[in-house]
Amino acid sequence: MKIRLNNNTEEFDGDGLSVNDLLRLKNFTFKMLVIKINGTLIKKSEYETTRIREGDEVHVLHLISGG
Amino acid sequence: MTFEQITKKLKSRIVGIAGCGGLGSNCAIALARVGIGTLVIADFDIVSPGNLNRQYYFLDQVGMKKTLALRENILRTNSHVNVIGHDIKLDRKNIPVIFAGCDVIVEAFDHAEQKQMIIETILDSMPRVPLVVGLGMAGWGMNESIHCRKAGNLYICGDEISEIGPDLPPMAPRVGIVANMQANVVMEILLGSEVAKW
Repeated sequence: MKIRLNNNTEEFDGDGLSVNDLLRLKNFTFKMLVIKINGTLIKKSEYETTRIREGDEVHVLHLISGG
Repeated sequence: MTFEQITKKLKSRIVGIAGCGGLGSNCAIALARVGIGTLVIADFDIVSPGNLNRQYYFLDQVGMKKTLALRENILRTNSHVNVIGHDIKLDRKNIPVIFAGCDVIVEAFDHAEQKQMIIETILDSMPRVPLVVGLGMAGWGMNESIHCRKAGNLYICGDEISEIGPDLPPMAPRVGIVANMQANVVMEILLGSEVAKW
């Protein structure tokens, strides 16, 4: 399936990856994340149950200290 | 648009700034210079000597509440700005109250946990208000790594990589770049852009 991840088109095998699957595949290992799918905020407790589908617009932010 | 036309348009606008450290103080001064009508600033901290290497404060302000010192510096720069200061630690409960009515909110916190907290709070309770966050500006050099991207009503400025640490402190140039980039995004949100489209 093809999705938009952080404004880039990316392709993954199969349909309906969970958010955790995506994080594992992309090696996103940061503890502090904000994830939005099609504009909706996904809470940490929903990472396993939320499925990503073909065409979804996914944003993953790594929160890092500094300011 | 002429500078006068720009200032006239921005005079009726309200911008919230969450945190008055390196990002918040520099961003506030840039927004005061372009003529934003009202700035709502919030921080619980006081100015310390270690802040002066990057934050928009002066030696004789060490020990002052940051909201009071920044208010003073904003008004010394542009006396027409209406500054509303909140000497308070921002949290999930008070953010929607303090920043109610803001056209745009600038995230200018230090810690990752706080950044996550305000992003979640605003996406949850004020999803229509654009939020401009600063992510990754420690160290020096590598101008080309600093960028801007948009995720709906969330705008991200920074390199999204460099986390501060004992060997990678935040330094005035990169902090200033990101703070001014945030101010630039605020202007673009409020005025649109004739140069670039998101």
